[in-house]
Formats: sequence, structure tokens, C-alpha cells
Amino acid sequence: MDLKLSDEQRAFRDEVRTFFKENVPDDIRETMVESGHPSKEQFQRWTKILADKGWGAPHWPEEHGGTGWGPVEQYIFLEELQAYPAPAPLPFGVNMVGPVIYTFGNEEQKQTYLPRILDLTDWWCQGFSEPGAGSDLASLKTRAVKEGDYYIVNGQKTWTTLAQHADWIFCLVRTDPDADKPQKGISFLLIDMKSEGITVRPIQTADGGVEVNEVFFDDVKVPVENLVGEENKGWDYAKFLLGNERTNIARIGMSKHAAKRIRELAGIELAGGKPLIEDRRFAEKLALLEIDLKSLEITQMRVVADDAKNPNAKTPNPASSILKIKGSEIQQRCTELLMEVMGPYAAPRQHDDYLGHNEPPIGPDYAAHAAPNYFNYRKVSIYGGSNEIQKNIIAKAVLGF
Amino acid sequence: MDFDLTEEQSMLKDSLDRLLSDKYGFEDREKIRKGEPGWSKDVWSQLAELGLLMLPFAEEDGGFGGGPEDVMIAMESLGGVLSLEPFLATVVLAGGMLREAGTGEQRGELVPRIVGGELIMALAHCERGARYTLSHVETTAKKDGDSYVLNGEKSLVLHGADAGKFIVSARTSGETGDEDGISLFLVDADADGISRRGYRLQDDRPAAEITLSDVKVPASALLGEEGQGYGALAKVHDQAIAALAGEAVGLLTRILATTTQYLKDRKQFGVPIAKFQVLQHDSVDIFIALEQMRSIAMYATAEAGSDEVAERARAAAAAKVMMGQEGRKAAETAIQLHGGVGVTMEYAISHYFKRVTVNDMLFGNADHHISRLAEMGSLLDP
Repeated sequence: MDLKLSDEQRAFRDEVRTFFKENVPDDIRETMVESGHPSKEQFQRWTKILADKGWGAPHWPEEHGGTGWGPVEQYIFLEELQAYPAPAPLPFGVNMVGPVIYTFGNEEQKQTYLPRILDLTDWWCQGFSEPGAGSDLASLKTRAVKEGDYYIVNGQKTWTTLAQHADWIFCLVRTDPDADKPQKGISFLLIDMKSEGITVRPIQTADGGVEVNEVFFDDVKVPVENLVGEENKGWDYAKFLLGNERTNIARIGMSKHAAKRIRELAGIELAGGKPLIEDRRFAEKLALLEIDLKSLEITQMRVVADDAKNPNAKTPNPASSILKIKGSEIQQRCTELLMEVMGPYAAPRQHDDYLGHNEPPIGPDYAAHAAPNYFNYRKVSIYGGSNEIQKNIIAKAVLGF
Repeated sequence: MDFDLTEEQSMLKDSLDRLLSDKYGFEDREKIRKGEPGWSKDVWSQLAELGLLMLPFAEEDGGFGGGPEDVMIAMESLGGVLSLEPFLATVVLAGGMLREAGTGEQRGELVPRIVGGELIMALAHCERGARYTLSHVETTAKKDGDSYVLNGEKSLVLHGADAGKFIVSARTSGETGDEDGISLFLVDADADGISRRGYRLQDDRPAAEITLSDVKVPASALLGEEGQGYGALAKVHDQAIAALAGEAVGLLTRILATTTQYLKDRKQFGVPIAKFQVLQHDSVDIFIALEQMRSIAMYATAEAGSDEVAERARAAAAAKVMMGQEGRKAAETAIQLHGGVGVTMEYAISHYFKRVTVNDMLFGNADHHISRLAEMGSLLDP
């Protein structure tokens, strides 16, 4: 047993670390430290830098522009990226639709879409959830009817993250409403967001931000060549896509950065004239958070080491199933504790995508985003299969219920 | 980054598990715990034959030359069957003190007898007034010519009634809570002036209260330098915590397996109660606790051999907190999922529950170690 990186792995980590130090623009790092919500332009600028280095989609096969790194290198890359902190590659293209296209798409689709994902020429968004189809995704109703060379799409998607910036949306649509099981009549379509009949309506989240949207489809014409794989096989591709979400789901690097920032700022903020970190109750809460985080980091390493050793394993290491649940809980506790550091100065509403935020800060200049991020991060135990759904999966797959 | 057992470790684990499943099933253990001395000399000698008792000792002393990792593997298996054997007391605690502080001569004399299963040893350190403060030693040792004379009362000495020899901590200088001035002595259990009262802990492990009245030992009984015993005590306690973390993995593994099996077998309202989502989610919480425990046990174990005192102490404290908080919560959940039978002696689960509960009380409970961690700074790498 060895919990430390090998010399080679350490050299790789140093290389990655140095690259970030030299290449992440200062304003982007500042945005990550302050709010964690980079602008569209910042995402594009940063992704271009990564793509030029050949690191736009590290886990893709080399023939499609990936790096050929193993699971351990991919893990180190993401850890270091988050801990720096810099934005992780936008998941909708790189983690979601990209692998579906290179696994199930035809040659033309691969040539057309993959290079444009790598450098964020195309910004993708995900059209899965619907108002009536959340955790029960297969009950989706958005309809696609084939007419000549087109599918005519009607319906509504929701929780579409960053759709306001998107060039393309990948959608699950119902092509056979009469199939004997709801999963069987679903297809996977690529839709140009500039198509006539698409309307994007922003949803303001509790933190005041606009991250998610509703997307309406009103007789949208989609060329048949935009179908991925076979008609009515979309559910298989969706399951494949959701399975890939496991990558980096625990976001250990991000939480490590957050825990360090909590400790740093708790050393500055005063409580009764003394640094907050000297308050026993606060220090104990931070210690408990760090214990859980340390433990999850090792759990993540166990899973990564196992993936590296058994690249073709049919069933993942059972420990991988807890990464989403514990990872999201820890992220939420980080945002909560950071909010507590600010004390009363977490209260003033100073940041809002609608109101703007050009006034001088009230209280310390690092306080503005603390409460909004805490509000916003309630999402992490809900999206990507809520933690209750995760527990259902573990109950069945691991405990055999 | 490597989490696999070596071939040697796998073989050891397999033979140990085979032996324990033969000799330490629930009914066997019931007989052992209800009888005297409350553990099995037969099993102990077989553990010796297997080589288990030699694991953490140096080869030159007659040991195997293993380390905390081997102890973790052994403790996981022993914990899985709720072992009542003196492995923690003799090999980890007293053996650890010998290894860390003993002279070549002392080790040469005692290690082979431990390894052979002939000698049970115990660490007599806890005192009534100490609670969990490791440096709280009131017992005194006064130099008298070529001898020391020991006086005091030692409490909660694991396997103290069975030990042929004790390692006793006693103050040769300084005040009660000082780290400096604590000395360690090898004391024969039948020395004049020693009286002991044996009893069982709530989970049936044997322990004893020891009184020392004018116990005279030669200067050669001193373990390590006079007044400098604290460092070894701290290190061996961190190692004992890492060992208990390994045990916790064994305990939680069985707790989870026993509970999920019960839920699949037990029918109510015409269906196995495993069908109920609330009970499924509670079981998943036990699974999560197990996997997190496994990771933190690895962390404490990886640091347990280190002389980087602060890092080692932080890792041990983190593991002890998780055992006391998540481990106990998981055990309580398991009882709840069993329903009424979970509160009976007849079902194994109550014995696991008690073991987890008592482990929190040994070597500092969760609160004690959270408090230490709050003082010791960040667990995370800089």
C-alpha cells in the first residue's frame, strides 16, 4: 500500500502545475477564487489555451484529439486544475456529447463536431431534463416526427445549463410514442440553437444568477443527418453518457481549494477581536470537514488506481458509487463554512446577474459571493442523478436489494 | 499510489480468515466469552503458529519485519470475528512499546516469547484521573540505589489479568500532566506489591485494574531513557488507533453484510423488508461509512510508522474521529434495521454494536480527537 504518487506521477503533476501557473490568465484565476463562475469569454479564452496545448479533452482517444493519458494522469490533471483553481473544461461537449459522437456517431459527425468541441468553437448544452421528466428521465415528452429529410421537433427542455451561450444542443426526443417501454422510443438528436422555432428563457436561480434555462421547441426542423446512431436507440446512448459523468464527480481538488481558502480567510476575519480560526467551535467544524475530505480523496485514489489496473473491468469499483454523494455533500459544506466565515457580511445582497454589481463592497471584498454560492450549491446533490437516486443505484448494484 | 496487498499479505490474510472462520464463528465465540479467561489459548497458539504475532517485530528480534500495514490487515480480520484475543494488548501495545523503547537485550528476551504465544504482555498506562490525557501519570517511580520503587494505580489495562509482564508508565520527575518525566518499566505480573482485579469490558474484552504498592524493580527494568517515555507512548498510541481503524473496517464490513442479509430474509407485509426504500437508503449509509472508514484507516496506517509526530498524530486523530462518529452511527443504524432482535444477545449484531461503542472510549473518544485536530492545524497537504 502506498498513498503517495510515484516519482513519474509526481513529475507529471509538477509539469501540469507549472503549466497552470504559467498559462492560466490572472483574471480567470481571480474569477475562480471569487465566484467560481467564469464568463463566456473567459471560458472561450481558457479553453483555447488548453486546446493549443493538446489538453482540450484529456480523456478522449488520441485519434480524436485526446492525450492518451491513463486514469491516474487524468485524475492528477483535474485535481491540479481545480486546486489552482482554473475552470475545468466545459462538460457538455467534452464529457457528454463528445464521447457519444466518437462512440456512436458516423464518420461525418465525428469530423464535423469533435474538433469544434475541443477548442470550444461550438458551445454545447444538454437537452435531457423536462418539466415532467427529472429523475424519471425516460418519461420525457419532447416529440420528433420524421418528415422527409427532417425531424420536426416540438416540446420543452429545462435546467439547460448555460443554454444562453450555446451554439448546439444535444437532445433526447421521443420518436416512437407507441413503443412498449418508455425507454424504447427515444432518439438522440443534435440541434443547432440558431434554428427557427427555438426560444431560450432564463431561469433565475436562488443565488440571483442565470445559469439554467428553459428551452422551447416549436416546429423546429432538424436535418435527419443530425440523428446520432440509430433511431429509437437514444436511451442506450444517454445511459452511456450518464455513466461517463463519473469522471471527476467528487471534485476533490475544488473542495481542497475551498477548505484552504476557508482556513485562510478565517485567519483574517475577527471574532471578538481574535481570528475566527481560533474559535474552537469553528476550528472543529473545519477539522471535521477536512477529515471527510481527506477520506474521500483516498477513496477517489482507490478508484483511480483500480481503473488504471483494470481498464476493461465490466463493473466499476463499488467505492466509486459513493463519490457523487460524499463529493456533493462536502462541496456543500465548503460553501456553508465559507459563508460562516463572513459572519454578518454574508448577508448583504451584492451580486446578482440582473442587478449587476458595480457598487463598492459592503464588508470584506471577498464576502459578496459567499451566500450566493451556498444557495447555488444546493444543486450539486440534485443534478446528475440526485443523491437519493444514487442511493437507489447503490442499493441495487452494490447491496443487491 | 498502490492499494493492493502483496502476495505475502494476501496469503497471510487468507490463512488467517480460514483459521478464524473455523475457530471463531459466533457460537465458538459465545463459548469463549462466557468462559475463562474470556479468550482462547488454543486460538492464540494457532495465531502464533500462523506467524501473526511476529508481524510488527524486527527480524533481528525474531519477528517478521512487517509494519502497520500488516497489523491493519490482521486487525481487520480479527475485528470481523469480534476477536477477544490479546493481539492489540500484547502485540500492538506492549509489543509496540518494546519495539520503540526497548533495548536489544530486552527485545531479545521478550519478543521471541511473545511471538511464540507463551507470554501475554499488557501496557499499564491509563489512570483514573487522566481521562484521555496521555501525559497524565500520577504513578511514581523513586530511585532507590540500583532499583526503582513503583507506587500507583493503573486502570483499564487491556488483558491485564492475563499478562505475565506489564509495561508500566510511572513518573520519575515533574508534575502530573508533564510530558517530560514519564518513565517506562518492565514489571513481572507476580512481583511483590502488585495486586490486580480482572473484569470484562461491555463488549467482553478482558481488562484489569492494577495496584502497585512499593513494587521494587531493578534499574535494568527501565525501558528507554529515564523520563523520556512520552514519545514512545504517543507513537504506540497512534499505532494502536491505526490498528483499531483496521479493526473498524472489519467490524463495519460484517455489520453491513449481516444487516443486508437480515433485510433480505426478514418478511413483513408479505415482502422482504429489503424492498422498502427507507431501509435501503439507511443500508447505503452504512456502506458509505464503511468505504470512508477504509480510506481513513489506510491514511492512519500509512502515517503510523512515521516519526513526523504532527502528521502521524493528525492522521490517527482523524481516523479515531471517523470511528467514533460515522462508525458508531453506522452501528446504531444496523441495530435499528434489525428491529427488536438487534437489541438481544442472541444476534451477533448487538455484539458488533457494543464493540464499536467501546472502541470509541479507548485511546481518546471522537470529541477528544476533534479537539486535538482543531489545535493541530490542517490535515490537507500544503
